[in-house]
Amino acid sequence: MPNFIMSYLGSTVTPGEAGNQFWALIYVLIIFAGVSVAVICMNWIERKALAHFQVRLGPMRVGPHGLLQPIADALKLMLKEDIIPSEADQFVFWVAPLIGLLAAFTVYTVIPFGPSQAVSDMNIGILFMLGVSSLGVLGIVVAGWASNSHYPLIGALRSSAQMVSYEVAMGLAVVSAILMTSLNASGTGTLSMIGIVQAQQQQGVWFIFKFFPLGLIAFVIFAIAMVAETNRAPFDMAEAESELTAGYHTEYSGLRWSLFMLAEYAAMIAVSSIAVTLWLGGWMRPFPNLLNAPAWDFIFSLFPGLTFLGLAAIAFVGTARMPADSFFKIQRIGLAVFAALLGFIALLLLAIAVAGRFADASVGARFRDGIDYIYWFVLKVAVFMYLFIWYRATWPRYRFDQLMKIGWKVMLPISLGVLVVTAIVGVIVS
Amino acid sequence: MPQNYVPIFLFLAVVGILIPVTLLIARIIRTQSPNRVKLMPYECGIDPYDSARGRYTVRFYIIAILFVVFDVETIFLFPWAVKFKALGRFGLIEMLVFLGILIVGYVWIWKKGALEWV
Repeated sequence: MPNFIMSYLGSTVTPGEAGNQFWALIYVLIIFAGVSVAVICMNWIERKALAHFQVRLGPMRVGPHGLLQPIADALKLMLKEDIIPSEADQFVFWVAPLIGLLAAFTVYTVIPFGPSQAVSDMNIGILFMLGVSSLGVLGIVVAGWASNSHYPLIGALRSSAQMVSYEVAMGLAVVSAILMTSLNASGTGTLSMIGIVQAQQQQGVWFIFKFFPLGLIAFVIFAIAMVAETNRAPFDMAEAESELTAGYHTEYSGLRWSLFMLAEYAAMIAVSSIAVTLWLGGWMRPFPNLLNAPAWDFIFSLFPGLTFLGLAAIAFVGTARMPADSFFKIQRIGLAVFAALLGFIALLLLAIAVAGRFADASVGARFRDGIDYIYWFVLKVAVFMYLFIWYRATWPRYRFDQLMKIGWKVMLPISLGVLVVTAIVGVIVS
Repeated sequence: MPQNYVPIFLFLAVVGILIPVTLLIARIIRTQSPNRVKLMPYECGIDPYDSARGRYTVRFYIIAILFVVFDVETIFLFPWAVKFKALGRFGLIEMLVFLGILIVGYVWIWKKGALEWV
C-alpha cells in the first residue's frame, strides 16, 4: 500500500484539522454514499418492520424478502414524469428540495464517528449542527410556498411552526448537556462534538446517567423534540395524509419528491447522531472504565464481526426456509449470495480484530480501533432509527393544537427547569 | 482554526453537484408529456378557485415571534454553559436573574393566551 494511505489510516487528527482537503473530500464522499445506502436500507427495514407490527408480510416479491424493493422504487421514481404545476414559481420549486438536502447533509461534516473519524472538528460543532439542521425548515417552507396550492402551503406553515416550537426545548436540553462538559479540572467546557464525547470519557460517565434523573430528563426532552423536529409520527402534522394529502410535497413527483424523502431520513440520522454524541457516549463501547482489561478490549473488538456473522446466519436460515419450488430458484441463489457476502465481511472484520490485537500501537491497531468506534456509533444511531419506526407503528397522530400545547406548555418549562436544577446541582457539587 | 471550516464547502459542493446531476440524468431517461389538467394545482379533483397565496391565521406569526425570543435566549445560554464551572456561583446567579426576567415574560405570555391555539 502506498505510504500516504498508511499515514492517513494511522492519523490521529481529523482531515479538517490536518488541513488535508483531499482526504477530507474522500471522507465526504464516503459519508455521502454511506448515508444514501443507509437511507435505502432504512426504507426496506421500515416497510418490513411496519408490516410485521401490523401482522402483514410487507414487500416479498422484488428480490428475496423484498430486499431489492428500494432499488426498484428508486428506478421507478427516476422513470416517473416530473410535474411542475403551471401556477408554481418554477425556480423556487426547483431549488426547494436542494435546500432541504444541503441542510440535512452538511451537518455530517462534524458528526464524530470516532476521535479522528470525522470530516472536521470545529470548536463550535454543536452550534453548527443545531444551526444548519434547523435550516431544513427553510426548504419545507419554500417548497410549500412555491407550489402555490392550498395543501402544501398549510402543510409548510404547520411544519415550520412545529419545528420552531420544538427547537426551543431542544436547544435548552442541549445547553444542559454542554453545561456538564465544563465539570472538569480546568472548569471550561466545549462545544466541539469530539470534545463532548471526550468529556464523557474523562468524567467516566455518559451524560444520560450524570446527576441521575437530570441527564435522563434532558435526554428524553431531546428525544421527543427530535421526533417533532424531523416531522415523524406521531408528530407528522406536516404530512398528515388524512387532512393534507401529503403536506408540503403534495405537488412534487418523481425524483424530486424522493429528494425530500432522502432529506428527511438524512435529518433523522443526523439528529440521532446529536443525541448519541451528547448523552450516549458517542463512539465509546459500553463500560470502558469498568471492563478496561486488554482482554475486554479484544472481546469488544470482535463485536462488529459477530454482528455481521449474525446477519449472515439470518440470511442463511432464510435461504434454507425458502420454498423448494423451482419458481423460487433465482431468489434462493440471490439470498445465498447475499448471505455469503455478509459472511465474507464478517470474516474480514474478525480478521482485522485479531490482527489488530497483535499489532500494538501501529497502523493496524489504529485501523481496528477506528472500525470499533464507527461500529459502536452506528449501532447506537441504529437503535434510534428503530425507535423512529416503533413510534410510527405505535402512536396515533397528535392534533395540531395538542402538539403546540405540549411544545410550549410542557416541554419548554420542563427543559428550563432541568437546566436550572442541573446548574444548581453542578455548582453545589463543584 | 480556519482549515476546520473548509470541509463544509466540500460537503456543499459534493451534494450540490451530485444531486442536480442525478436530476439531469433522470430528465434524459424519463417521459415528459404535460397537459393542462396535469399541471393544475392538486385539490382532490375539484378545480382550484383561487390562488393559494392568500391570508392565513395570525397564530403562525405569534409562534414565529415567540420562537425568536426564546431561541435568542438559548444562544445567550451557550457561552455561560461552556464556562459554567469557571464562572461558578457568580455566573449561576447572573444567569438565574436573566432566566427570571425571561420566565416572567413567559408567564405573562401564558396568561395572555398567546400559547393557546384556538
